[in-house]
Amino acid sequence: MENPATVSLMHRYRRIAGPYMLVIALVAIGAILAVLNPRFLAPANLVNVIRQISINGILAIGVTYVLLTGGVDLSLGSVAALAGVFAASLAHPGAAPLAAAVLAGIFAGSGCGLVNGIVVTRGRVPSFIATLGMMTAARGLALVVSQGRPVTGLSPGFAQIAAGDCLGIPYPVLILVAVAALSHVFLRHVWAGRYIYAVGGNENAARASGIDVDRVKLLAYVACGAAAGLGGVVLASRITAGQPNAAFGYELDAIAAAVIGGTSLSGGVGTVSGTLLGALLIGEINNGLDLLNVSSYYQQIAKGLIIVGAVCAQQRARK
Amino acid sequence: MTPGPTESPVVLEVRNLSKAFPGVQALDNVGLDVRSGEIHAVTGENGAGKSTLMRILAGLEKPDSGEIRLKGQPCRLRSAHDAMAAGIAMIHQELMPFPNMSVAENILMGRDPNARALGWVNRRKQLDDAARLLGLLGMELSPAAPMRSLSVSEMQMVEIARAVASRAQIIIMDEPTSAISSREADALFALMRDLQKRGVALIYISHKLEEIFRMAGRVTVLRDGRLICTEETARLDRPALIARMVGREMDSLWVKTPVSHGGEAMAVRGLTRAGKFRDVNFTARRGEILGLAGLMGAGRTDVLNAIYGLAPADSGEISVFGRKVRVERPRDAIRCGIGLVSEDRKGFGLVPGMSVKANLTLSNLRRCCRAGFIRPQMEGRLADERIRAFGIRPADRNQVVNLLSGGNQQKVVIAKALFTDPKILLLDEPTRGIDIAAKMEVYAIISRLAAEGRTIILASSELPEILALSDRILVMREGVLAAELDPRKSSQEEILRCAMPN
Repeated sequence: MENPATVSLMHRYRRIAGPYMLVIALVAIGAILAVLNPRFLAPANLVNVIRQISINGILAIGVTYVLLTGGVDLSLGSVAALAGVFAASLAHPGAAPLAAAVLAGIFAGSGCGLVNGIVVTRGRVPSFIATLGMMTAARGLALVVSQGRPVTGLSPGFAQIAAGDCLGIPYPVLILVAVAALSHVFLRHVWAGRYIYAVGGNENAARASGIDVDRVKLLAYVACGAAAGLGGVVLASRITAGQPNAAFGYELDAIAAAVIGGTSLSGGVGTVSGTLLGALLIGEINNGLDLLNVSSYYQQIAKGLIIVGAVCAQQRARK
Repeated sequence: MTPGPTESPVVLEVRNLSKAFPGVQALDNVGLDVRSGEIHAVTGENGAGKSTLMRILAGLEKPDSGEIRLKGQPCRLRSAHDAMAAGIAMIHQELMPFPNMSVAENILMGRDPNARALGWVNRRKQLDDAARLLGLLGMELSPAAPMRSLSVSEMQMVEIARAVASRAQIIIMDEPTSAISSREADALFALMRDLQKRGVALIYISHKLEEIFRMAGRVTVLRDGRLICTEETARLDRPALIARMVGREMDSLWVKTPVSHGGEAMAVRGLTRAGKFRDVNFTARRGEILGLAGLMGAGRTDVLNAIYGLAPADSGEISVFGRKVRVERPRDAIRCGIGLVSEDRKGFGLVPGMSVKANLTLSNLRRCCRAGFIRPQMEGRLADERIRAFGIRPADRNQVVNLLSGGNQQKVVIAKALFTDPKILLLDEPTRGIDIAAKMEVYAIISRLAAEGRTIILASSELPEILALSDRILVMREGVLAAELDPRKSSQEEILRCAMPN
């Protein structure tokens, strides 16, 4: 233990094993579930798990941007609902091209993100408060636009966003993979992505390095809003309605996935792959408990324990 | 000078204390004994193990092995609370007050006098107790004043009062004069003498040799986690103490190589920022090292931060190579060819969780990019060049920067500021808190930069440093430029005389 070589070996072991801890947990829990109910491993079920997490995964990757800057976004669920209502309004058969409906949702989300970002950077309002306000206001706007009723009568094309597949892979899963790949490349390999980490890691040092901190933050909020918008579109397609009351509480699942995936709430630490694994872990457990006929009440307890347990394990691994 | 009270009883005895952190043996069989009523200095270069030893004594860190005896009794300090109960208090270098509470609440924090009354806080009694204590220690502070309205030195006084309130017999002070003016330090020293007369043992961690010789009866030197010696200060002189710290004789501090100066690189006229500095005028030439001296709070840092745009001036103008420039934020300054190494390495210099490489390239990341994408080979190559040129150790560009020693972190900060290739470099306390060997390396870097024709503005509290490096010295006093001195014809005493308020 005292031997520096051993110590550094342990350090390296942790550095290497750390990122894989979630993979190990994912496989271990999967193995247990497979023993308890062999149906868990059926390909159809596994695809189902990924389909179920796709919306949460998209939102979670979005909120990762904001968490990396040291902020938080509580408005994701409401913004997703608002985006769903906007998209659905344009998705009646013959009303507008499918792309217009999808883009309307994404733009609505980005717009909300932009407002969040402006309030945080120009208004110097803590992100918790700014996005708490947006959470309420966006929900209200969704209700106003939809007059409190679900927007229904959507075109079959719009419904295909959630229901269709390509070579057996559901579209929502493909969308998630695309969002994840894009975000991974952006955060890892584009200078603006590095700036997001720098701003979250030490805002003052970032500013002193000549980084336009406000613009970087703005970018993160807009990216988060766009992801929420896209998630909202997929959700509206899945429930074949622009439901103003949809996606209630989704922001917390998204934050939970990011945090389980190793994203630090104080900023500067986190990865897209981690967030993705976090979302997968939540989905796996939800699905497993479903298969085991555990009531949804108990499922919530289990989810709560897992969130805290996962972060607890990471804290110990970091030490 | 101060005779060590050799006959007074030993209150604290440390034997064979060892502590390892991943990759480093922070303490190796260290011993220490402290007598009541003595001021015992503990010194050594950065990384010598002083802080670890003190953190163990304050109950903040657990030793791997060894023994601690208080008044002859073996004791175990498992938490800060244990240490306080045992009569050991620590005044941290970075103070940890409760800014929104009153002075009285801060003093009595953790030692509620009314625990019997069901946890009910008696504010009147609290204020009275605090006032009595402050009076006893000769401090002119209102117990009802909110902590955040205090200066750093006043907060320190409150921390000391807090230690006395907890009936501490041993008070550990971690570099207490690092952030206060020399006048405030004098008040602190008077208080230390007073505590000493009351029989309190003071363990005094410091890099400042003058203070050690002035205040301490004995001094313990640590080096690389090992005990080098404990000696009476009266039997030592400065070179002898430095030799024990570095392990070799130091005959000269630094010899400057003369550089011929070019034309004017920067001119500052009438620079003013309300409450910080006013009507600051100076020019600096290419290849010149312009020293900026002054006491803490004289406005040196504020002037540099204004030029760099971190806290812009209210009025006045800055010209770079004859062209008037507007600097409202660091981006503007960088574009004008100005770089800053902040005095606050952790706050403004580094992103602690990022790698050495990412920190080095952060100030000009686009230099490593093509079409917005970071090119890993190019970034790695540029980072490695800097690591080699600045002697950053370990030479691993992927090392997380906050695992580096203070000196190497500082080299990263300097290299990072230079990554934008500034023609004018503002250095604010570039050698603060780094060991002597690293200081020498930084001096060499500064001289090299000047020889390359860059203009250096060097703000420093260390007078020998500013005298040895500068071509010209400006002295600030209470927000104004008070004097311009020629270092070849000047002395530490003269600088200080100009810097002291009348």
